[in-house]
Amino acid sequence: MLALFLVIAGLGLIGWLTARLRAVSFRRGSTARFSSLPSHFGGYVALWTVLPAALFLCVWSATSPALVTDRVLHDPAAAQLPPQGFNRAAILSEARSLASGNSFGAFNPLSKKLAPAYAAAQTRNDWIGAAIALLLSFATGGFAYTRVRPDFRARTKIERLMMAGLLAASLIAILTTMGIVASLLFESWRFFNIVPIGDFLFGTHWSPQVIDPADPGKTLGAVPLFWGTFFIGAVIAMLVAIPFGLMSAVYLTQYATPTARRWMKPILEVLAGVPTVVYGYFAALTVAPAVRDFAVSIGITWASSESALAAGLVMGVMIIPFVSSMADDSLAAVPDAMRDGSLAMGATASETIQRVLLPAALPGVVGGVLLAVSRAVGETMIVVMAASGVATLTLNPFASATTVTKQIVDLLTGEAEFDSPKTLAAFALGLTLFIITLLLNIVALTVVKRYREAYE
Amino acid sequence: MSIPNQSKISAQHVNVWYGAKQAIADVSLDFGQDHVTALIGPSGCGKSTFLRTLNRMNDTIAGAKVEGDITLDGENIYSPDMDVVQLRARVGMVFQKPNPFPKSIFENVAYGPRIHGLAANKPQLAEIVEKSLRRAGLWDEVKDRLTESGTALSGGQQQRLCIARAIAVDPEVILMDEPCSALDPIATAKIEELIHELKGRYAIVIVTHNMQQAARVSQRTAFFHLGTLVEYGATSDIFTNPRQERTKDYITGRYG
Repeated sequence: MLALFLVIAGLGLIGWLTARLRAVSFRRGSTARFSSLPSHFGGYVALWTVLPAALFLCVWSATSPALVTDRVLHDPAAAQLPPQGFNRAAILSEARSLASGNSFGAFNPLSKKLAPAYAAAQTRNDWIGAAIALLLSFATGGFAYTRVRPDFRARTKIERLMMAGLLAASLIAILTTMGIVASLLFESWRFFNIVPIGDFLFGTHWSPQVIDPADPGKTLGAVPLFWGTFFIGAVIAMLVAIPFGLMSAVYLTQYATPTARRWMKPILEVLAGVPTVVYGYFAALTVAPAVRDFAVSIGITWASSESALAAGLVMGVMIIPFVSSMADDSLAAVPDAMRDGSLAMGATASETIQRVLLPAALPGVVGGVLLAVSRAVGETMIVVMAASGVATLTLNPFASATTVTKQIVDLLTGEAEFDSPKTLAAFALGLTLFIITLLLNIVALTVVKRYREAYE
Repeated sequence: MSIPNQSKISAQHVNVWYGAKQAIADVSLDFGQDHVTALIGPSGCGKSTFLRTLNRMNDTIAGAKVEGDITLDGENIYSPDMDVVQLRARVGMVFQKPNPFPKSIFENVAYGPRIHGLAANKPQLAEIVEKSLRRAGLWDEVKDRLTESGTALSGGQQQRLCIARAIAVDPEVILMDEPCSALDPIATAKIEELIHELKGRYAIVIVTHNMQQAARVSQRTAFFHLGTLVEYGATSDIFTNPRQERTKDYITGRYG
């Protein structure tokens, strides 16, 4: 396969050189102006030599395994295969490993019999693929070479190809997102076929470990999870992140000397780059015990060592740089004329901030806070390490609480089969979380955008 | 070059630096109580910088340094005893681009009185707001929509709102930094008319690069060039009989 790619690349190089030579030769002795340089002709032919063949190989390598298996199934030995299911797939996969030499033993004697057939079919298919790719390379490259004429606009063609390549790159991101959403929707649909959507969205009892097959919805009520997520991510974390983020932004934009700003802003931004798992350690090992000790010292003897407060506090610290940088942007977007106008009235710096700058920057700040909430509710690592697995509907910050993301991780770890309501619930939770954060982001971005327009 | 007419503000040997760059070099100027004084000169000549030294707005610019004596009623405004909050209440300012706050028309005008505690109660505050808007010639246009946002007004109305805002704290001096440069001719005419009406009640210093405007609104004119004061005198003299060659070249349109 690698050799084949090298051969095609070599053909491309040859195409580039010959096309370039031809272009140089017809430019020589002519004083006319050409729209394309020799290198454009070279590039044009090289691309036509390489791209179609490479595209074909990509498609071929994706479809080839299916064709190979299909051929193996026509082998007489394949008649002994069990008809459907896990065993059949296991034997085929074992035979494939044997044939490619990646495996040295086999549990199933049948796979040894099938291995030669596999190897033969594989080799045959590889040759067919290589032949077609080379033929394609020659055909398209040759066709492109015949178009190398003085009046041919290779430059424009290459430009168009560039655009197509860039478009493809951006489409891949969008299509991937749509694929993710589609898979989420599909699995969630399977879940909601087993569990009524009303039970899931409005039920207040969550214990996926004990599911009654007759009424699975009874223990899959997600309200305690939604509440826990909201309590930790949107209440406790924001109680930390909003004041500190906002005040640090005010200090950095309004009071800090350029030197202080030059030092403090990068340090604050480093905080945003700390991997969340590190915050997780911090929450689980340092903050959670401290919170519990504090609770015990003020008389709450039953305080959980996996309290909502510990996870929320650390999550808030994680979000501070985010809020601060959004608020910083919003404050910086308020025209200096506002600030000057207020100062010229005799207002002090802090009066100016409270009465003019913050109100003017408020929509941007609100948008930033909404984005921060959306990040906090989607945050996983901190709550996996520091939050509890027990879903409780509680207002007490010292009690244990769990979040949607934490439960998704719990549901998908372990050895559950992939079509039980317990596992499928993870997808339904994921879908709900996705919809919530999507809505939050849309609202936040609309607010921020409208605010930016007000000052442009 | 002082003019002996109960000078309200007196600047002696003022130098201003922005970092290492000197923006104003040894400028001495007196501003009369009853006069409108125009500061003219080509772009970048330092006239706005000089204006901003008079209410210490240069303090807000990092790296700006002011030297020399500037006194308001004989009090040095750069002395450590001077309260900047009080100074700016006495010396109001109107900016080049109208900059109403994103608040209601009423709140824009009430801003200063609230900060300085000038009104004991709501009716008193409303009275100050109405009086200021009347003096700024804006009352009749906005009296029915005081709760609407100040930024929704037209450019000329916004600028008169800013003047009303400055008047509301009852200043002694009003500094205007090219107040009409962002306005159309009709709005400009209204502002100039307003300046005529305010003259006498407040000492007014106006920066303009429009020489006709200087001739129309001011009694005293100072011509700045390259950070120095070239000539200062009665407006009629400056425009009809300049003593300096550079002044003559500028007002006849030779440069600028």
